Amino acid sequence: MIAIIDYQLGNVKSIQNAMERLEIPYIVTNQKEEIQKANGIILPGVGTFAAAMKNLKNLDLISILKERKDEGIPILGICLGMQILFETGYEVAKVDGLGFLQGKVEKIETEEKLPHMGWNELYFSKENVFQKTIKEGSDVYFVHSYMAKPFEDDVIAYAIYGENRIPAIVGRRNVLGCQFHPEKSGKIGEKILRTWKEMLK
Amino acid sequence: MLKKRIIPCLDIKNGKVVKGICFENLKEVGNPATLAKRYEMQNADEIVFLDISATEEEREILKEIIEEAASTLSIPLTVGGGIRSLEDFRMILRAGADKVSINSAAIQNSELIQEAAKEFGTQCVVVAIDAKRMGNDFKVFCSGGKINTGKNLVEWAIECERLGAGEILLTSMDRDGTKNGYDIEMLEAVCQNVRIPVIASGGCGSMENIVEVFQKTKCDAALVASLFHYGEVTVNQVKEELEKNKIKVRRAV
Repeated sequence: MIAIIDYQLGNVKSIQNAMERLEIPYIVTNQKEEIQKANGIILPGVGTFAAAMKNLKNLDLISILKERKDEGIPILGICLGMQILFETGYEVAKVDGLGFLQGKVEKIETEEKLPHMGWNELYFSKENVFQKTIKEGSDVYFVHSYMAKPFEDDVIAYAIYGENRIPAIVGRRNVLGCQFHPEKSGKIGEKILRTWKEMLK
Repeated sequence: MLKKRIIPCLDIKNGKVVKGICFENLKEVGNPATLAKRYEMQNADEIVFLDISATEEEREILKEIIEEAASTLSIPLTVGGGIRSLEDFRMILRAGADKVSINSAAIQNSELIQEAAKEFGTQCVVVAIDAKRMGNDFKVFCSGGKINTGKNLVEWAIECERLGAGEILLTSMDRDGTKNGYDIEMLEAVCQNVRIPVIASGGCGSMENIVEVFQKTKCDAALVASLFHYGEVTVNQVKEELEKNKIKVRRAV
C-alpha cells in the first residue's frame, strides 16, 4: 500500500485514478500511522511552495516523511510535490523545503509564456531506468512557473523551454521527482509510473 | 520544444453530448466519457467539456460525468459552463477535472479569478472570453453572447492575466459556427498583449484553418468541435497535416 499524502493542496483525484489504472494499492492520507506503514509515498500538489510547506508543518508530517525517506522507501514528488523535495523555495517568500535533494526552486526566467504549460519533450541527462520503456523525445504534460535548480548529478531528464533546460525528472537513491504530471501524460506518463511501481518491490 | 495542442470540445446537456456525433462503429455516441476517451486514443492533447445545461437538475449529473471521464482519461480535462463560485470550482476539481473555465462569472465578479487562483492555483483557472468585432475594436460579450459588456477585449485579457488566469480560451462570436476559419486578427491582438497561453476558438471548418491559426498567431492551442464530431477528420489527421507544415505537435507513442 502506498500513501498519497493529502496536505490539502488541490485535488489528488487524478493521481488516485492513475493508481487505479496501474493497480497500485493506495491510501490518501495525512495520518502518521498510515504513512509509517506505507511501502511508497507520493507527494502530489498544486499551489505554492510556501503553502505546501506550511501545510506539511501544520499537519506535523515533515519528520515522518524524513524518517521514511531515510529508511529508503520510494518517494515520488509530482510537480509542486517535486519542488518541495529541494532545500529552498522562492515562491511567495524564501521557504525551507524538505531538503531530500540538493538545490533550490526559482521562477523560470524566460521571454516565453508562463506558465510553461503543455506537452514538451523529455531528454535524458544520464543513463536511467526509464529508458527501458520510453524513448528520448517523448512528450509529457507540464504546468508550472517555477523550476528546480538541482545538483547536476541528480538530473535524470530535462525539457527545453526558451533558453532554459528545465529539470523534468530528478532523483537520488529512493527519492524521485517529476516536474511534469505523469498521471496526465497519456501512455508515456503511464510507463513512467509503471517503472516507479517496479521500484516498490 | 513546447507542442501546439489540439483540444476537442464536447458540449454537454443533461449528461449527454449534444452536438451531432458520428464516429464509425460507435454505438454509445452520446456518452461524454466514451467520446473523450476516443479522442484521447486519437492523440488529442486535452479535452474540454462545456456544460450547457439550463437547470439545476441537469447540472447535478455533471459531477458524475466528470468523475466517469476523469477515471478513464490520462490527459488533462477542462470543464466549463455555468461556473459561478469557488464552490463550483471545488466540486468540479474534486470530481477529477484538471482545469475549470469561467466566462460570465468572471466578468460579473472579477475577484473570482483571483480567489480561485489563490485557492486552487493559476494552472487550473481558464478564463473563457467571447468577443466580437465592433467597428475597429473587439468587445467582450457575456451570458452566452447575449450581453455586450462594453469591455475592450485586449484590456480584459490583460486584466484576466493580472488577476491570475492561467490560460485564455478566446472565442470569436463572428466566426463561431461559420466554418470560415479562426479570427486571426482577434487572436493575435490578444496574443501580442498577454504572456499566458491562448486557446483559439470559433470558426474552425478545416485542417487548413488549424494550420493557419498556428502559422499566423502565437496561439498555443486550437479548440475544435464540429470538425471532429462529424467524423470529417481525426485528431491524428490534423496532426499529420500540421507536421507537414512544420508545426510541432505531440505524436503517437
